[in-house]
Amino acid sequence: MENNNALYVALSLVLNLDATLYQIVTLSLQVSLLAVLIAAVIGFPLGAAVALWRFPGRGGVIIALNAMMGLPPVVAGLTVYLLLSRAGPLGEWGLLFTPSAMVIAQVVLVLPILAALSRQKVEELLGEYREQFISLNMSRRRMMPTLLWDARFALLTVLLAGFGRASAEVGAVMMVGGNIEGVTRVMTTAIVLETSKGDLPLALGLGIVLLTLVMLVNAGAYVVGELTRRRMG
Amino acid sequence: MNKTLKLVFAVITTTGLTFSAAAEDYITLASTTSTENSGLFNSILPLFEDATDIQVRVVAVGTGQAFEIARRGDADSLLVHDTAGEQRFIDNGYATERADVMYNDFVLIGPANDPANIRSAQNVAEALAAIAEVKAPFASRGDDSGTNRAELRLWQNAGVEPDGDWYRELGSGMGPTLNTAAAMDAYVMSDRATWVAFKNRQNLTLLFEGDEVLFNQYGSLLLSEEKHPHLKHDLAKQWHNWLISDDGQQAIANFKVNGQQLFFPNAK
Amino acid sequence: MTSLNVPLMTGTATNPLPSLRFDDVAFRHQGKLLLGPCSFTLEGTGPTLVMGPNGAGKSLLLRLAHGLISPTQGRVSWLSAECPRQAMVFQQPVLLRRSALANLVHALAVNKTPRKTRLKLALEALARFGLTSCAATPARVLSGGEQQRLALARAWALSPSVLFLDEPTSALDPAATKAVEAAVQEFHERGTRIVMTTHDLHQARRLAGDVLFLSGGKVREHTPAASFFNAPTSREAQAFIAGELIE
Repeated sequence: MENNNALYVALSLVLNLDATLYQIVTLSLQVSLLAVLIAAVIGFPLGAAVALWRFPGRGGVIIALNAMMGLPPVVAGLTVYLLLSRAGPLGEWGLLFTPSAMVIAQVVLVLPILAALSRQKVEELLGEYREQFISLNMSRRRMMPTLLWDARFALLTVLLAGFGRASAEVGAVMMVGGNIEGVTRVMTTAIVLETSKGDLPLALGLGIVLLTLVMLVNAGAYVVGELTRRRMG
Repeated sequence: MNKTLKLVFAVITTTGLTFSAAAEDYITLASTTSTENSGLFNSILPLFEDATDIQVRVVAVGTGQAFEIARRGDADSLLVHDTAGEQRFIDNGYATERADVMYNDFVLIGPANDPANIRSAQNVAEALAAIAEVKAPFASRGDDSGTNRAELRLWQNAGVEPDGDWYRELGSGMGPTLNTAAAMDAYVMSDRATWVAFKNRQNLTLLFEGDEVLFNQYGSLLLSEEKHPHLKHDLAKQWHNWLISDDGQQAIANFKVNGQQLFFPNAK
Repeated sequence: MTSLNVPLMTGTATNPLPSLRFDDVAFRHQGKLLLGPCSFTLEGTGPTLVMGPNGAGKSLLLRLAHGLISPTQGRVSWLSAECPRQAMVFQQPVLLRRSALANLVHALAVNKTPRKTRLKLALEALARFGLTSCAATPARVLSGGEQQRLALARAWALSPSVLFLDEPTSALDPAATKAVEAAVQEFHERGTRIVMTTHDLHQARRLAGDVLFLSGGKVREHTPAASFFNAPTSREAQAFIAGELIE
């Protein structure tokens, strides 16, 4: 049966457990989740450090981080492309057109979001805790893990913002991944490809699948966050 | 900080390994969107992989970007359609050998009511001149791709300077350009492969074809071992040779969309 | 500036509490003088109650004494070989977003208490302040009185030699206030120097060993509790005790 309805296409893709779709979805999630994880490992301590320490040029760092939140994905992609290209400084690694390259590009995109927003959240919390911390004679270094842990609910939201950015962007992964079928094709690049083939219902169907996935991840995080938050008061 | 960095690199490398664990030998092929979008690679690559156990990873971009990728040493092999550009690439030392592989042809697409009446044109120069004459909207890719370069040559041959509101340079790939042309009822030049596989046609229809100057030659290039010693030249050579072998040529001829053959093997 | 007519007792075996000295201490913010300059020494057994009307600079004085802020003039020092271990209980207890028990364990960890003894000490402190049943409860859903007791338990677990309390009962009901006052007594009996601000005369009468009276950012009087309440020397203190509105 021929049906050009995007919702129908999306449903039949999912219900038929289309192997290609499954592979693309898995790769999308792997790449974006890993990128967010790596960005969090670097970005959260970085954000907390900027919140805690006073140093010359701190204002500049904050402005730079905030501005970088709006970095166009294709610029991030181009930068990472030039770095990882054989003719570039990290060409030796041979990572261009691999999922690793896509992870790196997304880390570049997500890191500023995680660092800038966690800086803000940690600074708010520090305002509340500062006197108690000094009273406990805590060093700034010792404050960092305490603040990051106590800001965990806010940081979960920050994490989701980062994940949203990573899973939605196409410019960077297209450029450094190459949209190679079965290797670096993810949801967003597949959507671009199907659009360029003029298969708009399939493209939109994939878009619906992507949106549903992102919503599921968000819903999961929301439920976990809300339950614990309510418990912690 | 150093420790963190090392950890991050370790994680990236590890995932890089897991991501690529499934891959046996493979080469990266820089090629054009027309070959990828039409489905040609989906049809012929499995045959090559069966024969050689070499996986071909296709990065499908515009011809200009494909050259750039190969020039920087980021692809092992190159399959494009810009014979003059390919020759320059060899002259500049980035490739050592070029072989004709196949051709397809360009066609002129336009709204079914054909305001410039190019259906009755004798040759493509006449058709283009007619479009310019009535200033009917024409969507050009404007992205320095092989198709774009061919289109500009055709305007030149027709003695028309494409300029003005009616001539719209989109800076997009073939597919997006067709999407846009469909939305604004514009004329557009497309390679036949992309057109036949294209689904969002709306009012558009094929209006002019068959002029010999519309033939679009594809060439495969062997890249310079001297410039890029790290590339998988041995594997790339196997691919190159297979393409122009009887098996490869037959595989190309057998590829059909809606019963239509899209690429015509012509290796010498 | 009023005199220091507290009997001078230098550090002997009978008086192991660390003594605190303010030398010509003043604090200015954006050019405005908020406290001082003042000089005094806290010695003897206390507890010292810092009293005065709102805005007199009581909290500021406590923060300077504890080292939360630095004076813009003069010097705050301890008359002991090393800086004594201190803790502070705030008007609004600052509790981490974790369970009551985890709050104590965290403070002990910060205090470099050996890992093995942390849990034991934390549970003991909870028990002492009647919070055993709340051990697993998130600190921030406890009632106001329980939160303040938890803050006291946290201070207790750290066994400080000096405890600062900044209006610890001003937001509490009488029952909770009573519990806090009992806790303060317990700290005092354990041999902790108590420095506590309050604007509640009755509370001061119940707890004070000596009184530091402030108004308008100046120390008006520093005397033993009995003489302060019976025969205040400064005009401001007389008015305060008489229940007049002063600034």
